[in-house]
Amino acid sequence: MKTLNRDIWVFGDYRNYFQNRVTLQLLARAGELAPKTGGSICAIVFGHDIGEYVSEYIAHGAEKVYVVDHPQLKQYSIEAYTGLMERLIKAHRPEILLIGATCFGKEYAPKVAKRLKTGLTADCIDLDINKDGLMIQTSPSFGGNLIAEILTPNNRPQIATVRAGTFQEISHNADAKGEVISMPIPDDLPMERVRLIRSERLPKKGRKIEDTSVVICGGRGMGSKQKFKKIFELAHLMDGEVGVTRPVVHAGWSGPNTLVGQAGRQISPKILISFGISGAIQHTAAIDDADFIIAVNKNPNATMMKLADVAVVADANQACLAIIKEIKKKIQL
Amino acid sequence: MLNLIVCIKQVPIVSELPWDSKTGTLRRELAEGMVNPSCKHALEAAIRLSDQHNGKITVFSMGPPMAEEALYEAMAMGANRGVLLTDKRMAGADTYITSLILARAIKKKCPDFDLVLCGDQTSDSETAQVGPQLAEELGIPGVTNVEKLDLSTHTLCLERQTDDFLEILEMDLPGLVTISPHYYVPRHVSLGGVQQAFDYPNVDILGTDDLELDPGLVALKHSPTKIIRVYSPATEKENIVLKGAVKRIVNELFDRFGDRIGGAMGKDLKTHDHP
Ligand SMILES: Cc1cc2nc3c(=O)[nH]c(=O)nc-3n(C[C@H](O)[C@H](O)[C@H](O)COP(=O)(O)OP(=O)(O)OC[C@H]3O[C@@H](n4cnc5c(N)ncnc54)[C@H](O)[C@@H]3O)c2cc1C
Ligand SMILES: Nc1ncnc2c1ncn2[C@@H]1O[C@H](COP(=O)(O)O)[C@@H](O)[C@H]1O
Repeated sequence: MKTLNRDIWVFGDYRNYFQNRVTLQLLARAGELAPKTGGSICAIVFGHDIGEYVSEYIAHGAEKVYVVDHPQLKQYSIEAYTGLMERLIKAHRPEILLIGATCFGKEYAPKVAKRLKTGLTADCIDLDINKDGLMIQTSPSFGGNLIAEILTPNNRPQIATVRAGTFQEISHNADAKGEVISMPIPDDLPMERVRLIRSERLPKKGRKIEDTSVVICGGRGMGSKQKFKKIFELAHLMDGEVGVTRPVVHAGWSGPNTLVGQAGRQISPKILISFGISGAIQHTAAIDDADFIIAVNKNPNATMMKLADVAVVADANQACLAIIKEIKKKIQL
Repeated sequence: MLNLIVCIKQVPIVSELPWDSKTGTLRRELAEGMVNPSCKHALEAAIRLSDQHNGKITVFSMGPPMAEEALYEAMAMGANRGVLLTDKRMAGADTYITSLILARAIKKKCPDFDLVLCGDQTSDSETAQVGPQLAEELGIPGVTNVEKLDLSTHTLCLERQTDDFLEILEMDLPGLVTISPHYYVPRHVSLGGVQQAFDYPNVDILGTDDLELDPGLVALKHSPTKIIRVYSPATEKENIVLKGAVKRIVNELFDRFGDRIGGAMGKDLKTHDHP
């Protein structure tokens, strides 16, 4: 498919707070890419009574919003939404489509890409435009042990999914103006072959280690259960969560639900501070999404130290204690 | 009789990845293979459905010749037969081409299927795209991240947790599901079981020509996405090393990275530092 314009489209995914946030973050990134493609920033919204999202997307940078508002779309429906996006894209032919890597987005994007016979890159950690005007899609694989840069040179649109937290939303601007293009629901959408029987909002769980921007990880090098308590203290002080390695769980210094790794949780904090961890692949496979890693180890050659942005050669306990003191001091100032 | 298909992929064992330390890339040709974990969960779900409804299970895998091992392991678990899609021209396929080839093979070898089960994602490429794209290619409905399945006459009842919701869905058959690795814990297979499967081979091996794909199809060339560069993130880091007295290190840490640390905490740590 040839494009008609250089527009960047963002799928409006609004069903809950985090889904909506990733949409706002993608609009912000689209705003940074648009000057390089020379197109407009557009949001696409399907649903019923969705005016508040339309204005929110405009306030966060959308210059045009394509809207299909109809009672039939009240609930997210994979087949109707796929059919709608396919038609809209065939009619307007944008250059790029960005979709949040929510559960819904991860189900939706592959179907849309397949219908349009184009490429799709999953869970991009960065997006940019190269000198030929193509979108560079940077995506991790092998549990983040490898990073690939991917292009979709010949097919359009270029489509990518991006997880929440990858980009920063711009602040709300109530004075921003955008064009709203409302469209009727087509009368030939096929019958739904997947039907929603029941949907319940899941009880709000406590914040999970997966969602937090600060994770403090402690390993065997912390030395004892008593000393390990400092890890909890630091995490609490920094409003973060605790992650641990397998020997720590085995020793009973922390519960199994704090295990980070192949057999445990996958994390993607803005900051990870790691104390006394050697960096076995079963652990590090789950931390590669961390933006910035500070590792403390008395052995400068530990693998974990090589993976870190900042490698601190020191005793894990002393360093943890010193960091706690320093932060307390700085917060009180 | 219920006609089930499971798509499985052989992936390298992550803890034993042979690295080329100079280039920071993976030497795939040396890697030991295993069945991708979530594919095993999909197979377990298929086996339980098959046991309840007197079904049969065909496993499909696309990959290098050694992926045949994965099919034997699947048969040792309880699948009835295997189809291996292997051909040099299939190498380097992205999800668009992978799902195209799998769909073509399914239509050829097993056109009367009721349900296709896939894993939710693979541990090597981690895209979670092949399942939904295969459903599109086959022209059937598809639901991802399914936790539990229940089959009555012509519709399949599905339960899943998606974003912040617990959903109960109904899907027409034939259809496709991807299985999330929670509920269907794969049964254990003994080495003897795998050996037995090897002794009674029941695997078809097909190449590009057998599938009547466009003879010019070369996966690497026809995939819409192109990988232009691969690197190891560890080698891209600046890796600043701080050593010496702990107190000094910690001061330096906050002098240089206080903004970053404070930013992540949502607090301003640095500005009051040196009045
Ligand atoms: C199938 C399988 C699955 C696994 N899954 C997981 C998993 O999900 N998660 C996981 O974490 N592990 C997992 N493991 C275990 C993993 O292989 C490692 O054994 C584990 O991660 C090591 O934990 P560690 O770094 O805390 O301990 P160690 O490897 O013992 O390292 C301790 C580190 O602390 C340093 N140190 C010691 N004393 C001090 C000190 N005073 N000050 C500073 N540094 C010090 C040492 O130099 C060393 O680098 C798995 C293993 C297998 C086989
Ligand atoms: N080469 C392949 N052969 C057979 N099935 C595959 C292949 N690649 C992916 N799949 C199926 O698609 C699922 C998702 O894979 P992926 O999109 O690579 O994360 C896997 O769990 C398999 O069920």
